Amino acid sequence: MSAPQWNNKVVKWVDDRLPVISMLHHSAYEYPTPKNLSYMWNFGSLAGFVLVTMILTGIFLVMNYTPHTDMAFESVERIMRDVNYGWLIRYIHMNGASMFFIVVFIHIFRGLYYGSYKAPREMLWWIGILILLAMMATAFMGYVLPWGQMSFWGATVITNLFSAFPIIGDPLVTWLWGGFSVDNPTLNRFFSLHYLMPFVILGLVVLHVWALHTVRSNNPTGVEIKTPADAIPFHPYYTIKDLYGIGVFLIFFSVFVFFAPDFLGHPDNYIPANPLVTPPHIVPEWYFLPFYAILRSIDFTIFGIPAKLLGVLAMFASIVILFVIPWLDTSKVRSSKFRPVYKWFFWLFVIDTFILGYCGAKAPDDYFLGIPGLKVIVMGQLSTLYYFAHFLVVMPLVGKMERTKPLPASISESVMKEGANA
Amino acid sequence: MSQTVHSSGEHQPDENRRDFLTLATTAVGAVGVGCALLPFVDSMNPSKDVLALASVEVNLANIPVGQAIKVMWRGKPVFIRHRTEREINEAEDVALNELVDPQTDDARVEKKEWLVVVGVCTHLGCIPMGTATGETRGDYDGWYCPCHGSHYDTSGRIRRGPAPLNLVVPEYEFLTDTSVRIG
Repeated sequence: MSAPQWNNKVVKWVDDRLPVISMLHHSAYEYPTPKNLSYMWNFGSLAGFVLVTMILTGIFLVMNYTPHTDMAFESVERIMRDVNYGWLIRYIHMNGASMFFIVVFIHIFRGLYYGSYKAPREMLWWIGILILLAMMATAFMGYVLPWGQMSFWGATVITNLFSAFPIIGDPLVTWLWGGFSVDNPTLNRFFSLHYLMPFVILGLVVLHVWALHTVRSNNPTGVEIKTPADAIPFHPYYTIKDLYGIGVFLIFFSVFVFFAPDFLGHPDNYIPANPLVTPPHIVPEWYFLPFYAILRSIDFTIFGIPAKLLGVLAMFASIVILFVIPWLDTSKVRSSKFRPVYKWFFWLFVIDTFILGYCGAKAPDDYFLGIPGLKVIVMGQLSTLYYFAHFLVVMPLVGKMERTKPLPASISESVMKEGANA
Repeated sequence: MSQTVHSSGEHQPDENRRDFLTLATTAVGAVGVGCALLPFVDSMNPSKDVLALASVEVNLANIPVGQAIKVMWRGKPVFIRHRTEREINEAEDVALNELVDPQTDDARVEKKEWLVVVGVCTHLGCIPMGTATGETRGDYDGWYCPCHGSHYDTSGRIRRGPAPLNLVVPEYEFLTDTSVRIG
């Protein structure tokens, strides 16, 4: 992989002094990519695209936003009514957050299905989880900025989670707030950090791509690239495919931005924050619902640890557990395509996260899908149980006991065979 | 023991000394960085102006028996309830072993007819309902938190639901019979 020879004198002059052009050429042009990637491999570049969209729209929103409890809500309304195209920029940013999570959740499920977390891609997987955590923090703090009722009460409920920790809990929450309740100091620091975090995410993305290009992309067969015949250069094959994916994605995105901009939000956030009145039903944004359901489903005490602390620990554990799945999964085969038993558990897990999301959106005492006798809280507890059992029981056991299907000798062979069958 | 150290020191005369210096320098450097971070961390704690607004005085003369008000104190609501005879009896008649967070009513009030509690649910910080007339007061005639379903009694004690503790009684003192300073 020697540096390419540049004919253009300016390019050569720059590249001899800072090989940034060679580096880009190496990673976005000649990067040998498995030739059998499906559309499931579009979501990484889509996530990068949404990140850039969020940063750009965010920068323009800041030009008109005022981070003060007396003015934040009105400055957002001014953006919506008076600033030229303010409504468009805000709706892109608002819905962009949801799009980011849709894309990233699909990206993560893709990784889970095809075993992309398994050796040698553990670091790649870890950085991905860090990106998810950073995204969650960013989204949470961003939601507080319009200073509506849900902003205020969401911030109150989530920051109060930290009070569950013994001894340090209360001083920690006071420190997070910069006062004795969510107030102007809280809004200001959330604004500061909400502006910082996307750049942290950007840095993590650079590491994520670096790790990816070191260990190379996984692919639907889970079989590594063995000969040059298994790979094609990233450009033009995957640049064009990623661009096509972005086109399709933009149609989906635009449907929300232009036809249902508030569909994914909560109407209560168009009521200015009022510290004296709690909305009757506080719900987080849809992308937090499964985690919220896990938090709420713990309403019992174990070994004297209060329910509130257990709930908080379970919620954090639901993400932290992803760090160790490269070792919990004992199967030698990466792709679920060749794992007839695990495949079913994978889809059960996907359904489980949807059930958790549904439970998170409903009041605990409601009935699940209106089924008499089946309370949301009970269903939430069962799905929380499966969520953890999937990683702690199913992954290690199925990996050991399952008889996997024969793997293709190479990516090329699998492509030729599928071509012949078609 | 000392001989071994000495003999290994003869091969590479400065190794231990240099290691010690490197470690000590790194440690001092780390402590220095830690100290330099402190002002930044502490700058996020409540500032002087926030702390200065830490107490309020409230006139109670206009609250009829059986009603309650909300006042802001440190950015949170405080419930002040003028309890009826029946509510006081209810609060006093509960056996301590029935309580999640056992506390007698006596320990939670200065004057029996006035209950002063911070109006923040001890679960996740919502404002319980039951202060304004017409709002539901829950199954124990006190307050009901709509977020996750905690019920509080007429002494602000948690009786049912996910909240772990009773509503907090703030520091307060009666200045006269009809006025109180909170904080």
